[in-house]
Amino acid sequence: MKIAILQFGGTNCDLDVLHILKDVVGIDAETVWYKQENLTGFDGVVVPGGFSYGDYLRAGAIAARTPIMNSVKKLAAEGKPVLGICNGFQILTEARVLEGALTTNEYPKFRCHWTNLRVETVDTPFTSKFRKGEIIRMPIAHMEGQFYAEEKTLAELDENEQVVFRYVDENGKVTDAANPNGSLENIAGIVNPSRNIFGLMPHPERASESILGSDHGLRVFESMADYITENF
Amino acid sequence: MGDQKYLSNPYPFMSAYTVNANNENPEFKGINYRKTKASVSKKGLSIRGKAMLPEEDLKIIKKELGREPTLVEQGCFLNLWSEHCSYRSSAPLLKTFTTTGENVIIGPGDDAAIIRFDDGYVLAIGMESHNHPSYVDPYNGSATGVGGIVRDIISMGARPIALMDPLYFGPLDTPKNLFLFEQIIKGIAGYGNCIGVPVVNGEAFFDKKYSGNPLVNVVAVGLCKEEEIITARSQKAGNKLVLAGSGTGRDGLGGASFASRDLSESAEAEDRPSVQVGDPYTEKLVIEMTLEAMEKGYVKSCKDLGAAGLGGASSELAAKGGLGARIITDAVPQREPSMNAYEILLAESQERMLFEVAPEDVDAILALVTKYDLNGAVVGYLTEEPNYTVEFKGEIVADIPIALLTGGAPTCEKPSVIPISQVEKSKAPETPKDLKAAFLKVLSSYNIASKEWIYRQYDHEVQLRTIAKPGEDSGVLRITDKKGIALSCGCQPRATLLDPYNGGRTAIIENAMNLAVKGAEALAIVNCLNFGNPDRPEIYWQFKNAVLGLGDGARELSIPVVGGNVSLYNESDEFRTSILPTPSIGMIGKVDLETPLPSGFFAESGDTIILVGETTADMGGSEYYASFGAQNAGKVPPVPENAPEILKALIEASRSGKLRSAHDLSLGGIAAGLARMCRNTGAEIDLTEVAEITADELLFSEAPARALLATAEPDAVLEILKDVPHLIIGKVGGSSLEIRGKDFGISLSLKEISDAYGSLTRFMMG
Repeated sequence: MKIAILQFGGTNCDLDVLHILKDVVGIDAETVWYKQENLTGFDGVVVPGGFSYGDYLRAGAIAARTPIMNSVKKLAAEGKPVLGICNGFQILTEARVLEGALTTNEYPKFRCHWTNLRVETVDTPFTSKFRKGEIIRMPIAHMEGQFYAEEKTLAELDENEQVVFRYVDENGKVTDAANPNGSLENIAGIVNPSRNIFGLMPHPERASESILGSDHGLRVFESMADYITENF
Repeated sequence: MGDQKYLSNPYPFMSAYTVNANNENPEFKGINYRKTKASVSKKGLSIRGKAMLPEEDLKIIKKELGREPTLVEQGCFLNLWSEHCSYRSSAPLLKTFTTTGENVIIGPGDDAAIIRFDDGYVLAIGMESHNHPSYVDPYNGSATGVGGIVRDIISMGARPIALMDPLYFGPLDTPKNLFLFEQIIKGIAGYGNCIGVPVVNGEAFFDKKYSGNPLVNVVAVGLCKEEEIITARSQKAGNKLVLAGSGTGRDGLGGASFASRDLSESAEAEDRPSVQVGDPYTEKLVIEMTLEAMEKGYVKSCKDLGAAGLGGASSELAAKGGLGARIITDAVPQREPSMNAYEILLAESQERMLFEVAPEDVDAILALVTKYDLNGAVVGYLTEEPNYTVEFKGEIVADIPIALLTGGAPTCEKPSVIPISQVEKSKAPETPKDLKAAFLKVLSSYNIASKEWIYRQYDHEVQLRTIAKPGEDSGVLRITDKKGIALSCGCQPRATLLDPYNGGRTAIIENAMNLAVKGAEALAIVNCLNFGNPDRPEIYWQFKNAVLGLGDGARELSIPVVGGNVSLYNESDEFRTSILPTPSIGMIGKVDLETPLPSGFFAESGDTIILVGETTADMGGSEYYASFGAQNAGKVPPVPENAPEILKALIEASRSGKLRSAHDLSLGGIAAGLARMCRNTGAEIDLTEVAEITADELLFSEAPARALLATAEPDAVLEILKDVPHLIIGKVGGSSLEIRGKDFGISLSLKEISDAYGSLTRFMMG
């Protein structure tokens, strides 16, 4: 099994994800510079966080239009898992492989802090190792993380159980105070209808070693690894 | 680094564009002087007809060259001899620092210092101010301050892993100061977040003396293996000089000399073209390209481009290895048309690096430049002949003995007098009747209140190292599974105003205490020495004594001072202010990660609370006096003689694994310290036995070298503390902070505390 970690100019969480996959989860992973364009031989992709192309134009907009993203779509079409974290989530929405959009936070500043999340579905390649309804902790760090989608899309996301994580308070309640960026329905992460493309604003790699504050995020990567082992 | 700190004033601003009347059309000894003047004047920039170099400098240069310098040469001397680059008036004082130690591999003088860490790892550390540009263009000024110091770290071969930002602002009650505050934070966040280097600690201090002249200081730390260190010392004649990164434009022209003057009222508008514009996206590419080129062995020596641009970097790199250099300015990738030699050589465009590369590796390094979508080219080569020679369109426009350019500036010590009337003494306030109101007033001062509004904007988690996060006394980062570093920064400007020598010493002990409460032993200090106009003898006196205090304080604790910078002329005509003397420092220490670190907050009911250190009545320079309009009253409490023993005991206690909580006491004294620790739970405190002093002194004294500890195993901790002053003062628990003294009692709910402590966040977020 080998996972590709995409690197665009300005990506800055690539080495963090590499460390977690290789040193903590213990699976093979490799960074792939965007000019490589070919993802043959990889069983999954992580689009890590950062500021691809400096967030110039719109966060994720330029990276979404690079040729390597065609390879990502091809790999996803084979049913292989694609995980977009933070800027990676923004890139996946800009590439139209995930629904909705991520806009500037309600309080329009960068915001870095820990959040409580509620696991809304375990029926994805990324959350099989969680319990439904479980409250977990991961940090966010973004300026454009306010999830927006049209009403119709929101209804579909709910109906198909495509919402994976929501921001909640420590008791698991969806509240405005627990919403760090103004996301509609406190949405923190969603999957596509086929469920093998997952984007989320919180950083699971920053919550994968307890010395850093939490290891809840590790199960996202472990679930992904299990899924690949079982299916490919 | 595009920095502005230093000083110097004999150089009229923008004088880089002035043309010496004697210099109209000189032809000297085989040097064909190009008339760059015409293109300069077409741009409409000011030609004031003043001599561009100070008379005495010009005299030395003429004597050494045996002729008039060309315009390009004058530009080189103007920038490289400016106070900014050569520390002319501060050099004699800076020599008093002890800069060596068993762990110091490279001390001051290179782009950053290198400290031996553990397990083959070394740490690169540097600190820079970016004060003047941050006043003129706060967003770009602070952003490029981050960019510059980060390039200093990568030019040593180290990956940048942490930033700290001690900042000093005017009060937020004027629109101007508020604008500067908001934009400066935004600039640091915008740049640091994008390049993926976490800001893990900082300081924000407010005083009216910083109105119109905020201070932006940045500490950067990098990590590499000892064998990966690269220096700025050129290696071999014949090797090529490769410039990589952004294209060169006209931005930041004359920044080094710009930094060396005070800010006049018109400075803001007039100086804006002298402030560089930052591009963090390109910086991130430069970081990755540089580190990959170094890893592949293509880089023999390296220097980032900062003050005085390509001219500064190439001449200093060559000179450091005892070589000369020839620069072909036409080869420099340019982003504006029709630039002349002067502009190409001295522009301070950001995000550029200079590499010494063996001829056979040139193609490979240029391929990396292409990989990372950067500009790059061979722009010259190193020569045996120790001259700095510059070509433009086939003609030589500068040819200077390199040692004269990089080391020939004369230094001078300035007159210093004790300022008898410097500080008008005020009267100490009466002990307030309503102690609770006084408590809340001190706690809600922006200097003490939570800086959450600031640090929430910084990505402090990226790179997966941050264990103790912003809001704690020091930031702690994991380096290996067993060892980490602790980082702390700042100083006490008000105490330094009243007593510069003790203020300097206080800065050292306070930062060492911030490290000690996390069990960290200090490894090294860097500093930014921010002061007013040193031509005024009383300012020079402050500067001198603060430096001596820093030096002595560091020696007492055996911590080497390995780098830093000087920023003088921090005055504002607009607000008629000269800044408080601000000897800001950054301190780095080593932490043992095998036992859990004490938290900065009370955690478990029933824990015993211990006060370490002696509380004394001196309140000079305290936040309490400032809050009650008595800023200049009283005497600054001295650093106690047993401070080294207190530190040692605290480090041992913190490493024992027996402390649940530990917090250094500084601004706001015991009162602020207790309130801060009561984030999640209350405490019951009895101060009757602490000292025979008044209630306000007891609560608000800022006597240095004190800490609050909480433990479930008091006996074991008291044993460790047996040789230093300590006292059990209470227990953790309850939903309020209850404080009792001989003749007073205060009760504060956790909500009252958090409301007062959240004053700054609330003010900013409305």
